[in-house]
Amino acid sequence: MRRLSELVIDESGVISYIDTKNRLRRRLYDLGLVPGTKVFCVAKSPLGDPKAFLVRGAVISLRCEDSSDIILE
Amino acid sequence: MGLTKSSTGKNACDRFLDIKTGDITVALMGNPNVGKSTLFNYLTGMRQHTGNWPGKTVTGATGNCTYKNKEIAFVDLPGCYSLLSHSPEEEVARDFVVSGEADVTVVVCDATALERNLILVLQTQQITKKLIVCVNLIDEAEKKGIKIDKEKLEKELGASVITTAARSGKGVNELLDKIVKAKETGEDENASLGEEEIEQTVNRAAQIADACVRFKNTNVIERDRKIDKILTGRPAFAVMLAMLLGIFWLTIAGANSVSGVLSQALFKTEEWLNLALIKINTPDFLRELVVFGGYRMLVWVVSVMLPPMAIFFPLFTILEDLGYLPRVAFNLDKCFKRCGACGKQALTMCMGFGCNAAGVVGARIIDSPRERLIAIITNSLVPCNGRFPALISVITVFVVGGIFMPAVVLTGAITLGIVMTFLASKFLSRTFLKGETSSFVLELPPYRRPQIGKVIVRSVFDRTLFVLGRAVATAIPAGLLLWLLANINIDGMSLFSWFCEILEPLGSVMGLDGVILAAFILGFTANETVIPIMLMGYISGTVLTDGVGLAQLRDVLVLNGWNTVTAVNMIVFFLFHWPCATTMLTIYKETKSAKWALTSFALPTVVGITLCVVINLVCNLLS
Repeated sequence: MRRLSELVIDESGVISYIDTKNRLRRRLYDLGLVPGTKVFCVAKSPLGDPKAFLVRGAVISLRCEDSSDIILE
Repeated sequence: MGLTKSSTGKNACDRFLDIKTGDITVALMGNPNVGKSTLFNYLTGMRQHTGNWPGKTVTGATGNCTYKNKEIAFVDLPGCYSLLSHSPEEEVARDFVVSGEADVTVVVCDATALERNLILVLQTQQITKKLIVCVNLIDEAEKKGIKIDKEKLEKELGASVITTAARSGKGVNELLDKIVKAKETGEDENASLGEEEIEQTVNRAAQIADACVRFKNTNVIERDRKIDKILTGRPAFAVMLAMLLGIFWLTIAGANSVSGVLSQALFKTEEWLNLALIKINTPDFLRELVVFGGYRMLVWVVSVMLPPMAIFFPLFTILEDLGYLPRVAFNLDKCFKRCGACGKQALTMCMGFGCNAAGVVGARIIDSPRERLIAIITNSLVPCNGRFPALISVITVFVVGGIFMPAVVLTGAITLGIVMTFLASKFLSRTFLKGETSSFVLELPPYRRPQIGKVIVRSVFDRTLFVLGRAVATAIPAGLLLWLLANINIDGMSLFSWFCEILEPLGSVMGLDGVILAAFILGFTANETVIPIMLMGYISGTVLTDGVGLAQLRDVLVLNGWNTVTAVNMIVFFLFHWPCATTMLTIYKETKSAKWALTSFALPTVVGITLCVVINLVCNLLS
């Protein structure tokens, strides 16, 4: 079971589901991070966290603790 | 365009609740950072804060324009990703659209990321059918080889679609035509927006985008990735420091050359004013009050304080327009998280460099109320535009080594302010503002080439007007007051001298003196008046025929007992003292709490006094 937080730069994946029911899930859905979405890791902060992902044409940055709730196929 | 006169200071707060009624009311909504404010500025001639990062518009704004004999009122709303809002500024947008006050709603989209933007379009369509889709940044899309089939999009959405490039005004007339037409047709519907519907909406948006958008090449997207590898990769922190250093170097270099010339010219006018008033037989007291009190203060602020402000701002705006600021937030997020705060505080901190009041209002982009408060309370720990010139003056007087060394020292001072922001945030989140850290979701916009020429000209002009306006409103009265205090005597000493005497004990413990503290207190309304007040305080007892400019500053200071420790502590206290009057007012308005306003007053002050006392103690022990 791969998590979004495990992607390294230039790696991609497809979202399977989001493993949390908190407010963040709604925010992620608003941004287009729904099951079936292709995501592509494009940057990592010099301190290792957060990472940035290309989603539906836009680049979104997420902290590892949040992106670890996003499970990939 | 950056922070403007109309979006800083007391204008940073809400003023959009008074919608001027026109024939047609149009709401401008859309995702953050798509160009709503740029479009708004173009349509209404107003000067809202624009730049390439999400979250600049946090309060709404209204403006009008007349088109084909119709008066159209535009409402520039903060950006939102969906109508299910998460933070206060998104609520502003959502509430306005749902209220039905707008006759026409224009959803502004980013042509380079249409798929994501369509999510909001589809959601909005469920609330109102009087909708126009404005696909903006079409020039950016062309550069990236992105082609949008407008007719197909119109058919798929069942709504009017206009393509625009708001920066240059392309497509704006067609938009206005459609707005005028739209008012005459269509009715509204009511629909609910649930979470389950979002998945469907997202997939439908993807479907439409797939059908209507063609990508010709991916080279330009590659360019952004390459730049990001430098700005967020290993060299990120070095780059940030170098960037700061570069900006400060340019500011100091530019300001120095301009200040000298301005000083000389303006002090001549002071002489003329004096002579003119003598000629018309003005009573001495009044003449000296006007010339040596009010006018001299004005001259000082304009010739010494204005040039650095007018140079730093455009440089900072160019950085903003480029899209660098979100990368700063991205790089610093972990530090903020460790301190119990949110990475978006980096953005409000950057706004604070321009104006602390704007930084306080900008904290609305932070979802969590606890983290928002931390951002508000710590905002004054970084120096605003009004404090930069003072720091530069003191540094350039005491640090020798051309321009490079002063720039290094200034960079060091700012870094100290940033470090203190982290420490204070950590302190607050461990004591008064305990709680969980919230999530951090920030969009990194594509890099956009700033219109450098346009930005520089507009920003310099805007900043100059702003500073002049403030100088007239605050510096002149401060100068008059000071002159009165310095020339009304009780028991052989002037009121001002009494004031300084009272402050002297605290001052000397801090390694400063009573005059300096008095200047800080009297400069509460505007930080750029502190140094002129201090100077006038020093020379008020003497008869000075020549004007005192930056060149004579060092002599006056040394004459009054200044040494290196005094200079260092002056810099420290300038960085860390109470927020200015405008910022205090803004904090009170934003937090609606006297308790937090007082905390915001106390925190930087306590930090400043403590640091100064410690430095003074250590230096005295060592010598």
